[in-house]
Amino acid sequence: MTQAGPSPLLAARALSLAYPGVSRPVLASFDLSLLPGEVVTVLGPSGVGKSSLLRVLAGLQQPTSGVVQIDGAPVRDVHPRVAIAFQNPGLLPWLSLERNVAFGLDFKHQPHLSAKERAARVERAVAEVGLAHARTLHPSALSGGMAQRASLARCLARQPKVLLLDEPFGALDEITRAEMQQLLLKVVRDFGTAVVLITHDIDEALLVSDRVVLIGGSPGREAGQWRIDLPHPRGEQVAELGRIRVEIVTRLRQATSRLN
Amino acid sequence: MSDIAGELRESEVETAVSAPRAVPGRQDAGLLLGLTGLGSILLLWWALIHFLAAPGGLGERFSPLAAFASLRDLVTGSDLFLHVAVSLKRILVALGFALLIGVPVGLLVGLNRTFEAATSPAFQFLRMISPLSWMPIAVMVLGVGDTPIYFLLTFAAVWPILLNTAAGVRNLDPAWLQLSRSLAATRWETLLHIVIPGVLGHVLTGVRLAIGILWIVLVPCEMLGVSAGLGYFILDTRDRLAYSELMAMVLVIGALGFLLDWTTRMLHRHWGHAG
Repeated sequence: MTQAGPSPLLAARALSLAYPGVSRPVLASFDLSLLPGEVVTVLGPSGVGKSSLLRVLAGLQQPTSGVVQIDGAPVRDVHPRVAIAFQNPGLLPWLSLERNVAFGLDFKHQPHLSAKERAARVERAVAEVGLAHARTLHPSALSGGMAQRASLARCLARQPKVLLLDEPFGALDEITRAEMQQLLLKVVRDFGTAVVLITHDIDEALLVSDRVVLIGGSPGREAGQWRIDLPHPRGEQVAELGRIRVEIVTRLRQATSRLN
Repeated sequence: MSDIAGELRESEVETAVSAPRAVPGRQDAGLLLGLTGLGSILLLWWALIHFLAAPGGLGERFSPLAAFASLRDLVTGSDLFLHVAVSLKRILVALGFALLIGVPVGLLVGLNRTFEAATSPAFQFLRMISPLSWMPIAVMVLGVGDTPIYFLLTFAAVWPILLNTAAGVRNLDPAWLQLSRSLAATRWETLLHIVIPGVLGHVLTGVRLAIGILWIVLVPCEMLGVSAGLGYFILDTRDRLAYSELMAMVLVIGALGFLLDWTTRMLHRHWGHAG
């Protein structure tokens, strides 16, 4: 799909992805583009290649064909301004939460920050995810939800242009989940970050996204796209959200039955 | 190589299980049982000498009472500490060399499949040769003195460190490596910030196994043309027919070995969990 007006921050064109030795590709001719400050949620049945798509967008995996661009320039490797949070928080057990959040900020290919700036970013990110009280704890002392929030804080501390999130709120209780969704929207407002969010939760998709993209079929292709032009917070716009929800669920069912 | 890694992991599991838990009551009971076991050995030693040795004969000089009397004399003198210091220095120097060689080579084996395939049979072959069988060659090539001892001890200690380090690299959580990739880390940054801290627990397991081996190999190595050290002292007591001192030295060697193992176990408990 092409965007009229401002040029996209992140663009994926005609992506396809196949694994060697597997006859059917995972993704085929998939297009996606995001403007700065746009939140796009990718929904789809399990095994349809959503996580693979995210890895390709992050530059962790090369597509079989097609191209990923950031600010119009093709991306062939990991981009320093793209942050990705995986389902598995992947905290390093020998570092405190704070040091986990700071991890990588001083790496060579990351934008240069003074020690003071790094400390300030870490402090802010830890506070934003509500873990200031736990900043000296090691991962073994954190609950699953706290670890996921720490992993999100690690991405936020980098103030990325593009934030890729793979089921980042899966282990959180309802209240914390709602808080993290609000935090995500705040980050988008403050920094103009473009977000690609993978989730199984349609309600989450409806509450945070500007667009919902459904992937279905095998190989995975775009099976539907909805633009949600409603102001935040959306909790009370039940009628409009409900209408879109029904559409998405219907299309998701079709996509799932086609997959089976 | 993977077999060895498995074997080492098993021994590691064993130590983890046998390490006393921090439950106060159970710990006390464990301590009491341990002391009972040590007491039984003493009793057995006494009984063997008492019932088997001819009264007034040579055998009586090996009795626990004579050994403890000699031990008291040794501890109040300065000779013993000189020999202990010399032996401990040899252990530490050899451990240092073994770490300097074992950790980098272990990292390479763990990180590079080609290198692993190329070196695995050679390492298995070398590792199974008793370090003591190199003794004559070591003396011929390196002369008498500390150098052949360092060589032999290092040769004995390097394998558990090398193989444990390699096993540690293979056991690194893929999520950590993915994280470092996603942060565009250089190879050096990944090595320094992920691989090395990630294998630390395994290296410490290797060190613990190495110290156990070192302590066992040390004494015979020191019977090899040197003039100080615990092994030398044992031979010296034999030559002087000071059998009670010989038994006292056996006690000292056992006690020091126990202490060394305890120290590395504490180190492992503190650092081995990597946080």
